Amino acid sequence: MITRTAADLADALAAGETTSVDLTRAHLDRIAEVDGGIHAFLHVDEEGALAQAAESDARRAAGEPASPLDGVPIAVKDVLATRGLPTTCGSKILEGWIPPYDATVIERLRAAGLPILGKTNMDEFAMGSSTEHSAYGPTHNPWDPERIPGGSGGGSAAAVAAFEAPLALGTDTGGSIRQPGAVTGTVGVKPTYGGISRYGLVAMANSLDQVGPVTRSVLDSALLHEVIGGHDPRDSTSIDQPLPGLVDAARRGASGDLTGVRIGVVKELSGEGYQAGVQQRFDEAVQLLVGAGAEVVEVSCPHFVHALAAYYLIMPIEASSNLARFDAMRYGLRVAPAGIDDPSAEQVMRATREAGFGDEVKRRIIIGTYALSSGYYDAYYGQAQKVRTLISRDFEAAFAQVDVLASPTSPTTAFKIGEKLDDPLAMYLNDVATIPANLAGVPGISVPAGLAPEDGLPVGLQFLAPALADDRVYRVGAAAEALLEKQWGAPLLDRLPEVATK
Amino acid sequence: MPPTTGSGRAEITRDEVRHLADLARIDLDDAELDHLAPQLSVILDSVASIAEVAADEIPPTSHAITLTNVFRDDVVVPSLTAEEALRGAPAQEQQRFEVPRILGDEQ
Repeated sequence: MITRTAADLADALAAGETTSVDLTRAHLDRIAEVDGGIHAFLHVDEEGALAQAAESDARRAAGEPASPLDGVPIAVKDVLATRGLPTTCGSKILEGWIPPYDATVIERLRAAGLPILGKTNMDEFAMGSSTEHSAYGPTHNPWDPERIPGGSGGGSAAAVAAFEAPLALGTDTGGSIRQPGAVTGTVGVKPTYGGISRYGLVAMANSLDQVGPVTRSVLDSALLHEVIGGHDPRDSTSIDQPLPGLVDAARRGASGDLTGVRIGVVKELSGEGYQAGVQQRFDEAVQLLVGAGAEVVEVSCPHFVHALAAYYLIMPIEASSNLARFDAMRYGLRVAPAGIDDPSAEQVMRATREAGFGDEVKRRIIIGTYALSSGYYDAYYGQAQKVRTLISRDFEAAFAQVDVLASPTSPTTAFKIGEKLDDPLAMYLNDVATIPANLAGVPGISVPAGLAPEDGLPVGLQFLAPALADDRVYRVGAAAEALLEKQWGAPLLDRLPEVATK
Repeated sequence: MPPTTGSGRAEITRDEVRHLADLARIDLDDAELDHLAPQLSVILDSVASIAEVAADEIPPTSHAITLTNVFRDDVVVPSLTAEEALRGAPAQEQQRFEVPRILGDEQ
């Protein structure tokens, strides 16, 4: 049962073939069985999930389901505030913190009746591409436990890939939903900036962060997106207009017909740095789309080559400001400096931030502080913001010619744990294809494109659409998924090696 | 000192890292300084090219989606109780956050 999609599970619940309690229990059992080796979860809420499942069963029995997904359990990235459940952001500085409020997306999950299985592992404050920067130890890729599951949302992606949860929430600042999706053979969506409330999302870079779905099918992502999306007056950047029909778009795409759809392959997101097997699977997938009636052209986005540099200024600049709130005064860790009697608040703050933040967080705070310093501001932040404009203009020009853009999601398959941990630049390059969407605020999806021939590991296919046209990534993503699965004869995760039980 | 661009390397010295960490209110011991300073130089070197990309007339973008100021009606809505707000506090006293001293002896 646990290998079925969320849409199938919702149908089974609606048909009375199973109950939410059974379904939730089955996933909790799976977590108990395999998570010792995967470490996707930082916290499992067995009692709470089963109580929510029982309430869901009562609603279904009364003929009053709260939503199509009522009773389907979900895992939540530990960067989202959950009332009564620990929320650590993968950091020691928030160890043991239990938020007194729910993020808007969590409120919406609860209102829609989805039992929350627990909180998933992540790079500390979502800073990383491998989940190795978690203060609580790395998550392992279910395809090969010696490899990374991507990041920062490696826990959510691994949980979904290892059938520990049918659905999960992630957040994507530079690729933290899509890149883990790519390297674990799952689906991940970064919605249009402002399409999903950020209230209760602990901010890394607030002009880039977006919450989004992590699932095993495109339709499941659309179903979840419709539950969590839409306007929220508590987020001043929330877009005050209805979502386009995402589930409808995914169902339409699943027919596999792309007649009249124009797809642009981004010239700058290929070539040097892209693994041969990644490029091969991408090219093959594009040929399938051509066969389905899509009109495929190459487009150039010349400023994308500067996206990484702009991102690795804007993100740490915003992060250094956002993380100033961890001051040891109102919540979280408080450490007294050694050897000082009656230390001042400032001395306590310094000692706490030294002890509570990991290396990558310190690196980014220092880079951000540097770039915001007097005399450097215009050269770094000012220039990065101008490059952001140029990247948005590249998207505008491209979307004047085509409906969606396509690229590999990540330049490589999953690398070995430890391989890039102390080489920040090599780590940052994992985000090269996903970052432009965050800088421009446009939606993107990653769907499995197959296994790279040289290492047998999953490859992701990315589609990007104009802002507010999230329905397009669902339509084209669902079409690609249907065409590829027809060719494979089954979903990619059917080929997942047996996950070790511990 | 402007950032070095082009072929020159954007160096950040150990003392600069110490100063920046100080501004950011993070204590760093010698081992951490030795570890982080060279990595930060590499990162800064990789982003230094940004200075040459955009012409002066290009407007900056702070948010990808155009923002307008948002107002709400001035009505009372439920909020956290004092107990809830204080529940995560490292220390509390008389329904308030208890913090270390904020002034020095000389102040």
